[in-house]
Amino acid sequence: MSTTTETPFQAKTSTGRITDFVDQRVGGSGILREFGRKVFPDHWSFMFGEVALYSFVILLLSGTFLTFFFDPSMAETHYAGPYVPLKGVEMSVAYDSTLRISFEVRGGLFMRQVHHWSALLFVASVSVHMLRVFFTGAFRKPRELNWVVGGVLLILSLAAGFTGYSLPDDLLSGNGLRIIDGVVKAVPIVGTYISFFLFGGEFPGTAIIGRLYMMHIMLVPALILLMVAIHLFMVVVHKHTQYPGPGRNDRNVVGYPLGPVYAAKAGGFFFIVFGVIAFISAFFQINPVWNYGPYDPSPVSAGTQPDWYIGFVDGALRLMPGWLFNIPMEWNIPLPWGTNTLSFNVLGPALIPAGIIFMLLFTYPWIERWVTRDDREHHVLDRPRNAPTRTAIGVAGFIFYCVMWAAASSDLIATHFEVSLNDVTYWLRALFFIGPILGFIVTKRVALALQRKDREIALHGRETGRIVRLPHGEFQEIHAQLDDYKRYKLVGYESPVPEEGIPNENGIVTRKEKLRGKLSGFFFEDRVAPATPAELEAGHHHEAVEAGDDDKAITH
Amino acid sequence: MGNHSDGTPTGADAVAKAGHQEVDVFQDPGLPPHRLRLADTDPKAAKRAERQVAWLFVISIIGTLVFFVGYFGVRLDDTIGTLRIQNTLLGLGVAFAMLGIGTGIVHWARALMPDHEVAEERHEIRTEEDRQAAVKIVDDIIDETGIKRRPLIRNTLIGAVALAPLPAIAIFRDLGPLPGDALRHTLWKEGERLARDPDGTPIKAADVTIGSAFHVIPESLNDLHEGKIAAKAKAVVLLMRLNPEDLNPSEGREDWGYNGIVAYSKICTHVGCPVALYEQQTHHLLCPCHQSTFDLTQECKVIFGPAVRPLPQLPITVDADGYLVAQSDFHEPVGPSFWERG
Amino acid sequence: MKALSQKRRHPLAALALLVLGLMLTGGLYAVVTTVNEAKADTTTYTAQQVEEGEKLFVANCATCHGLGASGTDAGPSLAGVGAAAVDFQVGTGRMPMQMQGPQAKQKPKQFTTEQTHEMAAYVATLGDGPALPEEQYLDGGGDAAVGGELFRVNCAMCHNAAAAGGALTRGKFAPPLAGVSESHIYSAMVTGPQNMPVFNDANISPDGKRDIITFLKTIENQGAPGGAKLGSLGPVSEGLFLWTAVLGVIIGFTIWLTSRTS
Repeated sequence: MSTTTETPFQAKTSTGRITDFVDQRVGGSGILREFGRKVFPDHWSFMFGEVALYSFVILLLSGTFLTFFFDPSMAETHYAGPYVPLKGVEMSVAYDSTLRISFEVRGGLFMRQVHHWSALLFVASVSVHMLRVFFTGAFRKPRELNWVVGGVLLILSLAAGFTGYSLPDDLLSGNGLRIIDGVVKAVPIVGTYISFFLFGGEFPGTAIIGRLYMMHIMLVPALILLMVAIHLFMVVVHKHTQYPGPGRNDRNVVGYPLGPVYAAKAGGFFFIVFGVIAFISAFFQINPVWNYGPYDPSPVSAGTQPDWYIGFVDGALRLMPGWLFNIPMEWNIPLPWGTNTLSFNVLGPALIPAGIIFMLLFTYPWIERWVTRDDREHHVLDRPRNAPTRTAIGVAGFIFYCVMWAAASSDLIATHFEVSLNDVTYWLRALFFIGPILGFIVTKRVALALQRKDREIALHGRETGRIVRLPHGEFQEIHAQLDDYKRYKLVGYESPVPEEGIPNENGIVTRKEKLRGKLSGFFFEDRVAPATPAELEAGHHHEAVEAGDDDKAITH
Repeated sequence: MGNHSDGTPTGADAVAKAGHQEVDVFQDPGLPPHRLRLADTDPKAAKRAERQVAWLFVISIIGTLVFFVGYFGVRLDDTIGTLRIQNTLLGLGVAFAMLGIGTGIVHWARALMPDHEVAEERHEIRTEEDRQAAVKIVDDIIDETGIKRRPLIRNTLIGAVALAPLPAIAIFRDLGPLPGDALRHTLWKEGERLARDPDGTPIKAADVTIGSAFHVIPESLNDLHEGKIAAKAKAVVLLMRLNPEDLNPSEGREDWGYNGIVAYSKICTHVGCPVALYEQQTHHLLCPCHQSTFDLTQECKVIFGPAVRPLPQLPITVDADGYLVAQSDFHEPVGPSFWERG
Repeated sequence: MKALSQKRRHPLAALALLVLGLMLTGGLYAVVTTVNEAKADTTTYTAQQVEEGEKLFVANCATCHGLGASGTDAGPSLAGVGAAAVDFQVGTGRMPMQMQGPQAKQKPKQFTTEQTHEMAAYVATLGDGPALPEEQYLDGGGDAAVGGELFRVNCAMCHNAAAAGGALTRGKFAPPLAGVSESHIYSAMVTGPQNMPVFNDANISPDGKRDIITFLKTIENQGAPGGAKLGSLGPVSEGLFLWTAVLGVIIGFTIWLTSRTS
């Protein structure tokens, strides 16, 4: 390793000499010493952030290729390419150039499919990564700000996806844009103006594709790159979290050194992600714009849906009833200067669910920190079962999202399961409210049950399935005791107890503190304490099969 | 780092919040002993792994060759078949080229590179002194500006900074024209013939048999050179014929149809998708985007889904030659609601 | 031929075509205001066919449609539905209906083509209605691009732009069109089975119908350039595929990548 420039150091190997040459000129030795052997923990669930990063790189590569051939003009033209069912059809230049990429540019169709599949994978892996971070508590101090950056990245990835979805100017995405126009127009006071400014006049105008294109290839990716840089910088500052286990604690990080093992695995993984995307792009068609035809405001296709990541908003729009118990959800409000219209049937579902989801997402680290009064740094993750309330909140939010998501495909659910479209909507409307509550209750119970099972195994060992008959005739199953390492994984967690509101210096429990106390109860009143050595000791004196002392564990 | 600096590793890990210490906890046994891999002990296994890695790289080379076979070997002859073959070969080639490299490197790392887990101490993000120093620096800077002592400066600065971005918003004014009353008018006017979409041929009343649904544009639409699509986006109409007794026109709208022929705007009053799904037996119109359902027998009242307002009806009649014509424009704005709609 | 195709791209070609179309259709309308009656059944059936058809009808259909096909509460009158309606409904197995429901479903057909024609002959005697389609419109030799435009405007909102089918209200649906015979597509357009609107010859000319059939058969037979079609259902099936298969494979790789070798 090249280190110092003061003593006449001579590198022995050729790679060493190159390293030293660069180092003497740009001074990378400090960075190399810091990162060359930096330790990264290894777990499959840590890889989704990398999947997101790699799909973004693939998006940049394939997207750059596509820009060389795509023409974002809405001027009218007549198709003269090889695709027979569109010959002579009037269409925009944007759509025409998309067809040219698909049918005439060699490898163009492949690149389009790579681009679209990796876009879907990008948003999906960002989402899965955030779910992993949430359910393992990786957003806790000191990583709250990085969680927020991640949330911003999620929103930016939605923006990138949406602006790209509309570019081919096909019938499907055109109707998607029209829905956006309808939602924008519903915004009070400024909605109509925003719509006219966005489209350069009345929908659809001749400007929107060019404007979206600029956002899609310049503004949004630049912001994403900036946020990725901040995100990764903070990962370096914090070092990676790790799952609990023997030898792992909040002051160390256990894993493989960056060079060579981790770098090889992570670098190799880029090629694997690329390979998987290339493979599905070879065998699975995506966004066949030639099927949809050019955009025309008169036709529409059955099964008009956005890409999956916008689906939840579309689903919310579908679920909202226009009339609720014979009361219209759109109001004409008489004001001094005239009557104005407020479309709650559009605005409500378009803004409120997404608003709730992102508000909670951005504030949750601070909510939990306030409730638990936990100001410590956490580098060891929680297993989801060991934070039952947080896990249950997460699942409730996930179900809330999934109900809206499913609603976006209500027509396809109806045709494929041969049920009534209307019934699907009624059921999903009910699930919209009941689903998250049921999900919360069930998840919390399951998490507590898993904790009890862990306790049971830690104290009494695993069931071996071997039955023995004792001299006095009793049948017993042999339990195999765990070794210390395996047991520590099951008992090495904390299980806080609820905390009453704390009086302030005047001895008064403020209303805010009372609320905090209540929330603390909500979080921790059902708890399973980790097994203790004393219990294990006591257990050894009993018969190994003794069970049912769970109740002792629940202190509330 | 309060809680970190006290106690043993187990303490930091397993202790509940202050005041609820569960003293009786298991001790951290430390990292489990390292388990050697087959390739670490058996040179044969190592050699085998080496060969496997090499083979994976060879697969990658083959993949790249497959790509070139697809790119230069397949001649696109304007049929879907050749395009599909080319796409498959290109994709397969790239997939193998990438997967070969990726799996090769990963297999190399897993089987042959050292797999000793290392524990590295975490550095504190910053020391206690650094924290104090940082806060002091910020305080000093703020103090030296005197911004707290000079409210006049502070307030005028806030005012200036609040106003300064306004030009950045105003400069976007020319993105588009003001709405004016554009949303209240369409191409339809008295005597405008109803014509077939897309060819623009006019429709005779006698053509519209019971159970028919015609997709209609104004006859003059195809003569437009500018703004044709925007005009079409507002003007499209669905023309249907029912038994006259199935229609229940409200007062003042009895003569908006002709012999059971009625014309309704095709633009959904929810967010503007074309409501084009006509069920000729139930007389329902369904929007495929968000499933708003309109009942033709009740003047397109909403009977299901997120829309609130009925579809606007286009009053029609027949001209001297027997062609269907509009009596006037729509009597209300078509399409989704907007703030100024009233 | 080449010259013609070049002229077709001439900027004025569309205008010329439009004028020609207007003149043609205008002339046509001047003559035939009774265009819908004019296409009524002119095929001649033998008396024996009608007789056999009546027997089959009484045995298989009269329970719902009534004796003499005058209709009951369970089924509509068939006077004037025409031979094309019988050919479509019986020929695709929708009739006789298995049970009452939101709409009659397609199932294996119960009658031979000959028997179907006999019943069609019988129903045709009950009143004027659309006849069986003429062969010249079923040859798939029309203009797929024109057919595609007509299909998107008139059909895609229910049947989906790629003819993959779609949902209607309360359990009804528009079926996928792949595998439907040319003659049944034509019959469906002229008769408007169940909740499908009627597209008479004044709405979509027989040549237009031929173009639509050509379009449908083209997209059905040409295959998908990009690989498996995933049901041609658009972003929903793409998203579902990504979240299950693609993420599944990626997770598989991550587990392999982070596991220890033995």
